[in-house]
Amino acid sequence: MNTKKDFIHPYIPNSVPANKEAMMKKIGITDIDQLYEDIPEHLRFRDKMKIPKAILSEVLLKKHVEKILAKNISCEDQLSFLGGGCVNNYVPAICDEITGRSEFLTAYAGEPYEDHGRFQTLFEYESLMAELLDFDVVNVPTYDWGQAVSTSVRMAGRITGRSEMLLSDTISPDRFQVIYNYCHPLMKLTMVKHHLETGMMDLDDLSLKLNLNIAGIYFENPSYLGFIEEQGQEIAYRIHGIGGEVVVGTDPSSLGVLTPPSQYGADICCGDIQSLGNHMYFGGSVAGFISSRDEEKYVMEYPSRLFGVTRNEKEGEWNFNDVAYSRTSFDGREKGKEFIGTASALYGISTAVYLSLMGPHGMVDLGKKLVSYANYTARRLAELKGVRLRFNASMFKEFVIDFSGTKKTVAAINQALLEKGIFGMKDLSPEFPELLNCALFCVTDNHTKDDLDTLIDAIREVIS
Amino acid sequence: MEIKKDSRLRNFHQAKWDEEIIFELSVPGERGILVPEVEPEIQNELGEVADLLPKHLVRKNKPALPEVSQMRVLKHFLRLSQETLGADLNIDIGQGTCTLKYNPKVNETIVRSHKASKLHPDQAESTVQGALQIIHEMDGYFREISGMDAFSFQPSSGSHAILVMASIMQKYHEVRGEADQRDELITTIFSHPSDAAAAAVKGYKIITVFPDKDGFPDIEELKRVVSNRTAGLFITNPEDIGMFNPRIDEFTKIVHEAGGICGYDQANANGILGITRAREAGFDMCFFNLHKTFATPHGCGGPAGAALGVTNELKPYLPEPTVAFDGKKYRLDWGNEYSIGKSRVFYGAFPVILRAYAWIRSLGAEGLEEVARIAVLNNNYMLANIIEIDGATSPYPGGKRRIEQVRYSWDKLYQETGVGTHDISLRMCDFGFHLWSSHHPFIVPEPFTIEPTESYSKAELDEFLDGLRHIAEEAHLDPETVKSAPHRSVVHKMEESCMDDPKRWAITWRAYLKKHKGR
Repeated sequence: MNTKKDFIHPYIPNSVPANKEAMMKKIGITDIDQLYEDIPEHLRFRDKMKIPKAILSEVLLKKHVEKILAKNISCEDQLSFLGGGCVNNYVPAICDEITGRSEFLTAYAGEPYEDHGRFQTLFEYESLMAELLDFDVVNVPTYDWGQAVSTSVRMAGRITGRSEMLLSDTISPDRFQVIYNYCHPLMKLTMVKHHLETGMMDLDDLSLKLNLNIAGIYFENPSYLGFIEEQGQEIAYRIHGIGGEVVVGTDPSSLGVLTPPSQYGADICCGDIQSLGNHMYFGGSVAGFISSRDEEKYVMEYPSRLFGVTRNEKEGEWNFNDVAYSRTSFDGREKGKEFIGTASALYGISTAVYLSLMGPHGMVDLGKKLVSYANYTARRLAELKGVRLRFNASMFKEFVIDFSGTKKTVAAINQALLEKGIFGMKDLSPEFPELLNCALFCVTDNHTKDDLDTLIDAIREVIS
Repeated sequence: MEIKKDSRLRNFHQAKWDEEIIFELSVPGERGILVPEVEPEIQNELGEVADLLPKHLVRKNKPALPEVSQMRVLKHFLRLSQETLGADLNIDIGQGTCTLKYNPKVNETIVRSHKASKLHPDQAESTVQGALQIIHEMDGYFREISGMDAFSFQPSSGSHAILVMASIMQKYHEVRGEADQRDELITTIFSHPSDAAAAAVKGYKIITVFPDKDGFPDIEELKRVVSNRTAGLFITNPEDIGMFNPRIDEFTKIVHEAGGICGYDQANANGILGITRAREAGFDMCFFNLHKTFATPHGCGGPAGAALGVTNELKPYLPEPTVAFDGKKYRLDWGNEYSIGKSRVFYGAFPVILRAYAWIRSLGAEGLEEVARIAVLNNNYMLANIIEIDGATSPYPGGKRRIEQVRYSWDKLYQETGVGTHDISLRMCDFGFHLWSSHHPFIVPEPFTIEPTESYSKAELDEFLDGLRHIAEEAHLDPETVKSAPHRSVVHKMEESCMDDPKRWAITWRAYLKKHKGR
């Protein structure tokens, strides 16, 4: 018996009796329930789902959800110096305008004809990132930095036929957990120690761990702990010496001022594009990139979509399509490279818009600004009693401060800052035993000197 | 062939801007946006930025990004958006298995709030109570939808949820000391390719069960392949051909008796919400794609998101953190004893979870069931019409009915006219439609898969049907027009071989210039 006749939801046009009856007639049924006759009774759910009653009006739905969201305090409501893989960078208005376009927002898997624009935009994303990274191949974005490293490590394993990867022990522990799960049990991950004073890799420890089972190394620059790793070239030299692959994770917003890893020996470079034109969304709007030289041995190991360009001279048209589709699990199921599905394309589109707006000068200006702000803030904080800069190394936009001398825990300082309306810093104590009472700060292009001074003054008050 | 007078087909032509590549628009000195200058006090104090960095790591060559003024950048990407069809403009039912339904605009308004977009994952829990509440309530709704006992929203997509299921399965066997022995994962050929591929990432040997003569996964074959090496079963139901497997509970029983565990791929759940659930079918885990059934936009291929559910027995294995509630406060809970760790940085695709939350609240339990019922009605209406088209068939007689989609075949048409599914896909572009073939391998010859969802009206379904009818008829009368399509799309039929040739493929503009322009 049809009990649904009164339920006409704006999202469901064919609930209207006229539509429904005409369609049932065509099918030759009198009740929609007949369409479920292949489902045996013992598999039918005859109870009612305990889900709150529909909020049918749009205005009430919006009010309901906004009331819940109003419980949040955002980084627009108050100052924030949190970073660590998710940053409150400024997102240009045009990024939101473009990613909000119906066509891009709701497109999915059209052919390279009716979705020409989707293909071209993501090809341009790849191309713009390639200039930043100084590499000739970039993938359509994957889920996040953790996934980008994971796949890079697995690529290194397949390329070398080896099953152990070295990782710098200063990478983000959150990210490491993702990598570990993805590589277990096929690849062994071995950590390489760092120098306590500078944060940089301990090359003696690296040498001890080199052998012919090593597929390669992964390290980050700038690192999760903010310092700039200066020994990239030497690390790459040693890894190449045993026939390994060098994978470097980088913050792409640094590449206006910092040398891209491709220029000091990286074979594969990866990272996250959240900082390039994307919001934060509680860490939920991240997206990973992977890049390399344009060599078959690398290209054929990507699991990702790779969009390529060709010119149709007869019609005078640019054409775009998938490159080497046969690599993918769409084509080969378990014989494809890892797996592919829906990932993070829209964030790639936002980054394409962002890099087109910024241009070379914008990226240089951004890099200079972040380096300046980080150094200014770090210096001022280190002048406070009991406070010191943890690493003796150059920094990009993040840095670690040691509060041990203040006799206050980072948690207590953070709580006091919160009461002053500041999201202060990320407590590193739970993540790194040797960084007890240390915290990570991050500056952004959303800050002004006044904001930096507000933070410095607040910390001065809190610790005195 | 001309459009018939009584046809609903449109005299369509897609936007064609002949738009340049962004690099071709570069004019030295133009700026799209400016970064605020560093205040003079800071500049004076610090001096040259280059002196603050290691000399050998100061970038020498500026990145060769294009230099384009703001409005031209806007225009460029607006034009490219117009050269993209998008579900909002299309009757997007030709991409079966992917559930392209209406993505309500109010959800876009909600998700743009800075109370969502400007939250940092390391903020104090007291300042993200709203976000945690959304995730926690979603956990409760999905328990109802599936019958499972606990959910994680950390998987980034359906395929990623399969990876997480494989990780949980592996950890489960590790804890029991059987991980080395149980190295085989069973799936079916009409389950998504990732059911095989993502499990293989965890080292599993994949055993693929093919359909029996009726089109159902062959249960006798399943009995033959299970053993003490079986780690588990990952299976879709309805499978990608749209038939509900009525013996699904026997499948889980067979695998359980062999010591394996069972993961239900519910990517195809749109027709069964409130009708049948993972729990009653005997599954230990299941997942739903938020960007499919739960109406979040596909975004040209993401962001996606998944809800991954498990029984109480597997709850200790879920990725961390989950969200707990003590009646007053929500908090992140890191207490899963055997947790696989993490599958994604931070906590999950929050903007996707938020939109799906709003969608569920808009519909309520009654509405979710109506979604399913109308999706199934629409699908069987399409089926009744498509099998009347000369050249189109619906293989497999097994199910009397189909659930949310059907995998059809143009094989008869191909045999008669030489026009196959790829040709028809490209011709559909000429009328403003998208028609996908199907996942590989093509077990059904010349396949296409239609999933009408609940979103499209009868009139729109009829318009799409007119498209299929027109082209099927045209294939007989004027096959060349079909084979040389598209004629009214953004670009003409392309030469594809260079995409597989390492010497000619160009994945970036700089690679194109090097390989094809000698720069």
